[in-house]
This record gives sequence, C-alpha cells and structure tokens, in this order.
Amino acid sequence: MNRKQFTLVAAGIALAFGTAGTSAWAQKKYDPGADDKEIKIGAIHPYSGPASAYGAIGKAIGAYFAKVNDDGGINGRKIKYFPLDDGYNPAKTVEMTRKLVEEEETLVVFNPLGTPSNTAIQKYLNQKKVPQLFVATGATKWGNPKDNPWTMGWQPAYQSEAKIFAAHILDTKPGAKIAVLYQNDDYGKDYLKGFEDGLGDKAKTMIVSKISYEVTDPTVDSQMLSLKASGADTFFNITTPKFAALAIKKAAEIGWKPTHYLNSVSASVGSVLTPAGVDNAVGIYTASYLKDPTDPQFQKGKEWDDWLAWMKKYQPSADIKDVNNVYGYTVAQGLVQVLKQAGDNLTRENVMKQAANLDITLPMLLPGVNVKTAPDDFYPIEREMLARFDGKTWQLQGKVYGR
Amino acid sequence: MNSPQRLRSPWVWVGLVALAAALLVLPFLVKNYRVFQFNLVLVYAVAVLGLNILTGFNGQISLGHGAFYAIGGYAAAILMDRAGMPFWATLPIAGALCFGLGFLMGFPALRLGGHYLALATLALALAVPQLLKYKAIEQWTGGVQGIVLSKPEPPFTFRLFGQALNSDRWLYFVTLLVAALMFWLAWNLLRGRVGRALIAIRDHPIAASAMGIDLPIFKSMTFGVSAAFTGVAGALGAVVVAFVSPDSYSSFLSITILVGVVIGGLASIPGAIFGAIFIQFVPNIADEISKSAPWAIYGVFLIFFMYAMPTGVMGVLRTLWMRWRPGTARASS
Repeated sequence: MNRKQFTLVAAGIALAFGTAGTSAWAQKKYDPGADDKEIKIGAIHPYSGPASAYGAIGKAIGAYFAKVNDDGGINGRKIKYFPLDDGYNPAKTVEMTRKLVEEEETLVVFNPLGTPSNTAIQKYLNQKKVPQLFVATGATKWGNPKDNPWTMGWQPAYQSEAKIFAAHILDTKPGAKIAVLYQNDDYGKDYLKGFEDGLGDKAKTMIVSKISYEVTDPTVDSQMLSLKASGADTFFNITTPKFAALAIKKAAEIGWKPTHYLNSVSASVGSVLTPAGVDNAVGIYTASYLKDPTDPQFQKGKEWDDWLAWMKKYQPSADIKDVNNVYGYTVAQGLVQVLKQAGDNLTRENVMKQAANLDITLPMLLPGVNVKTAPDDFYPIEREMLARFDGKTWQLQGKVYGR
Repeated sequence: MNSPQRLRSPWVWVGLVALAAALLVLPFLVKNYRVFQFNLVLVYAVAVLGLNILTGFNGQISLGHGAFYAIGGYAAAILMDRAGMPFWATLPIAGALCFGLGFLMGFPALRLGGHYLALATLALALAVPQLLKYKAIEQWTGGVQGIVLSKPEPPFTFRLFGQALNSDRWLYFVTLLVAALMFWLAWNLLRGRVGRALIAIRDHPIAASAMGIDLPIFKSMTFGVSAAFTGVAGALGAVVVAFVSPDSYSSFLSITILVGVVIGGLASIPGAIFGAIFIQFVPNIADEISKSAPWAIYGVFLIFFMYAMPTGVMGVLRTLWMRWRPGTARASS
C-alpha cells in the first residue's frame, strides 16, 4: 500500500467511524525525522582517530536497530539509522551534528560520544530544539533540564558514582579516615564534589587529606607519600588509567594498604591493574552497572541467550568480550523504549518528555540497576554495584547502591 | 608566456565576473549545513595556502602548522570570550601573534634542513594540544573543556531565493572576503621579486645567497608569514565552528594541512582551494563508504590521487591547459 492509498483508506475509516476516528488520527503528530513509515535516528561516534575503540558502540547500536526492524519496527515504523564519524574531534562533531539536523533531518541526535564533543554541540542542539539524547559521557553537567532541556545523559555521572563510594564507606566503615587523590580538571573535581556531597556533614572530618595531580605530571609518587603520611586508612583514587596504575604500584611499594576505591574510569584489568601488578591490586573496589560479558555468572539465562543470539546474527565479526557491545545494545534498548512510549506523537518535544518519564530495567544491566528519569531528573542510570578485585577479575559484591 | 595577453582578453573578465556572481549567490542555493562546509573549505584553503608558501615555494617542510592553526583559533576564542572583542578584530591579532611565533620558529629552521626541520615542527604539533590543557592558563583556555563561542549575527538581513541571510551565510561572506584578501596578498607576494627569491632559495640556496639574497631573513620571514596565514585561518575556523578545545587540534591536523598542500599542487596558489576541498570532503566520503576502516579508504583515495596526479590537481590542470590551449593547436596544425 503506498502512501496515497493509505491516506485514502485512512480517510474512509475515519468517515465510517465518525468523530471517534478523526480524534484518533488527530493524535498523530510528527516533527522532521518521523512519519508513518520510519523514524530517522542520527548518531555520532568515533570510527576513526584516537578513540576509535568506541566505534564499536555505534556499530552495536546499528545492529540492534536492525534487529528491531526485523522484528517489525516500533509501533509499525522502521528505524533508519544515520551513523556518522567524528574521529573524536569536536570541530568535526559540530559539522556532523549539523549534517544530521539540517540535511538528514533526523528526529534525534543519539549517543554522541565524548565530553568535549558534546560540549561543542550542546548550545546548537538546544537552540534548534533537537534532542541530544543519552550522551556517552560521564560528566555531571548533562543532567541540567533547566538550562539545557534538550540534553540528557545516560550512564552514571561521575558525581553519582562518587556518591555510591561514599555510601559504601558510610555503610561499612563509618569511622574511616579518607585520603583522596584526584586529577586537577573538570573530571577530577566532578568526582570529588560528588564524593564530598555523598559524605555530607561528615566530609570535613572524614577526609583527612586530598591532593591533586596534573595530567602533565610524570608520576604521582610524592602525592602518594603525602597521602600515606596523613595516616588515612581509606583511599579514593580519582585517576585516569595511566595514573591509576602508577598510584596502585606506588602504594604497594611504600607499604600503604588502605581500603582502596578506584573510579570506574580506570577499572580496566588489562590496561590498569595488570601494569600495576595484579598482586598489588587485590582488594581494590570499583563500581559498575553493566553485565561483563566475560563474567561466567551472567553467561546463562534468557537475557544472555538473547544477547548472544543477537551478537551472532547481527554482529558476527564483533568481539564478544568487548563491553562496548553491551553498552551499545543497552543504550539502543533505552532509545527504543522511549520511542515506543512516544507512540504516534513523534515530535521532538514528546521524545524528550518520554525520555524524562522512564522507569525500566534492561536485560544487560546488572540486577537491581534501573533506568529512571523524571522531568527534573535527567540522570537515567544512577545505580551501581560495587566490585572487588580478587587477583583475576572483578567480583561483584551483590548490593546495589545509588538512587 | 602569453599570460598578459590572456588577462587582457575580454572573455577572461567575463569568466571572472561570472565566477564572482556564482560565489555570491551560492550560499542561497544550498542548505545551511552546506554553507557551513563551504566556510570550512575557505578556512582550510587559507591554512593550506599558508603552508604552501613555506613548503611549496620555499621548500621548508613543516609538520607543525596545526599548532599555528590552534594558536590562531585559541587567540580568537579567548579574545572573544574573555575580552568581548568582535570576531573580525581578532583575526589580525591572531595573524600577528602567529607571525611572531612563526618567525621565532624560523630561527631553528635556519640550522635544520629537510627531514630534521620536519621533525622539529612535528614536536610543535605534538606539544601544543597538551600545552593548551596546562593548568596555569586554564582560566583562559578552559582546559580540557575548551571554550564555547557564540556565532556572530549578521548586521542586517534580507532574503534571496527564499533563504535568509543568517549567521552561517553572513560568515560565508566574511570568510570569502578574508580568503580573497589572503589570496590576493599571497599573489602579490609570490608573483614578484620576493616569490622569485623564495623559489631560488628552495632550488639552490648557495646560488641564491651568491645572488645577494639574505637567507636567514628570508627563511625566518617566510616561516612567519606562513604561520600568520595559518593563524588567521585558525581564528576564522574557531568563529565558524564556534568551539575550541585541545581535541579539536590533534597532531593529525598538521598532516591534514600538508596533505592539502600536496593534493592541491606544490607552489600553486589556486591549488590551495583544491587541497581544501579534498581535506574537507574526502574524509566524509570515506566514512560513508566504510564504518570499519574509514582511514583505509582515505588512504586509497590519497594513493589514487598521488598516482593519477603526482603534481597535484593544479599540476594536471596546467598540463591539460598546455596541451589544449588554442595556441598550441594552431602551432601543431
């Protein structure tokens, strides 16, 4: 049935059913990027350049949309996916965003990756009133519906995660003397603020020492010595991978054995804990919210089977161990839920309204972690589970923290 | 050479007027996003021209011009963001600043030749994005987050073919004017005594100094002028994109500009435009062909261009002109 015939039939039905019919049709509303047959979704990821490992996310999203389309689409509409490459260069992100909005006319700009890239396009998208939906960065500034009602985050923000560590410390060791090492930039300060907010009134007495380092510093040796000298028995390590490895190694060398909390930014076993020496890393805590595809405890059940079947059918050449595939799968499911809720009212305004009205769980999120938003809460995932390193892998601790 | 004759011919003037008219109407025929891309082409053309003065005409290889592009961009951004200057006023300042820095960079260039100079300038390209994150200047540079700028609004507005003169189209005319000015400057500089001196230094430095050309001054000045062109381009680029951050100016940018020079044609002024078109559009085409290996596709394009046009786009055009211009046809018949 082509569109003209469809309209004719629709008009016939509407006439036959009288007023009931017309009011039902009146509800169909579209903005650029959506019609009776398809919904255009634009996305920007680095397929080239220094961060091209994250390109896997963009491909996984496309593969998930392919599955949704094969299953009949969303409310009868197929998703048309426009994946673009910005090479992790903010100037290119601007160009690609404008291509999506002005040329391809997509309904949303979905999951653009990187804090600088998203900073570069935020003003433009909010001026144009185009959703900048579920951005792939942990900065806390994306959840600010008052100033930027068209921008929404996705994964736990740095501050949310820091609050989870604070809650765990208050739970398990209320008398802790805490030392903090943080990177002296927006990312480090973001974490530190969340941590202090999480400890609340006790922050002043519990944190006995906080020392920063510069990205340009060769080592953090002197910082580690001062932190040890403060007499702290708990250590919050807000560092990027290279410095995380240096800090873990130095702590072992100087014989400092505090309860060690490591931000999830540096939770990679391969690139942080192994170079630091896995023996030195035993007992460190971090936080996570996605199921690790290499963790045997998740490799069973319907959720795993669905995931595996999708990977095999739609991403046969992708690395099954790569957590970026889990991320892409999950964030795409989040968007599909938003579009389902939007029904026939596919305006950009309604997409944001539905995105701010979520309360769901997704199959590859850790048990107990949910996606929950509200008109004044633009932080979809805020819960995480603590994990402890046993010398080989991260062992989840079971209890879920966060709002 | 029959170039004076060619310039006097009325057809050349008709062609030039038609070209100018087309350039003026162009932004009203396409969507905003395309206008934005044309702006970037013009910006890159000025940057490529800057490097071409140094590499094409003077024979000094620089792998660090991305650094001058970045400095120009940051100079414009900081002056607009912190000092509230209008964007056009930042362009000459960015140019002057880069001239100074380029001139200083030119001194080591006197002792370093060929590959050694390339490596020294590469160091500059590698260092600048990191230095921009340095804490002591973070209050101006915005650190890793960069600076978000506002696009300049047009001072007046009108509609043509149903499309309004908005900030992108306004910037197009500004960029076009600046680019035209820079090309005119380069033309005047390089088609005369100075240009001949630069080429002489490139081809035979000893003979050049024997002819009385002051090598140190000429080489340093060339470096400065070249950096100034690229700095102005960087400042314009920052205004067009309305955002600067260290990640915008990775060391790969320097290579990209050099690619533009070689693709367009070494020691060719109009070649810079073709080089700019290449570096703006070919990565987008590569991305559309393959998501898995866009840079491999880009590489294929590059190899194809180098194989098909070893002297750049302008080199091929020049060969075609020599072969088919009316004069030769008559001479051979």
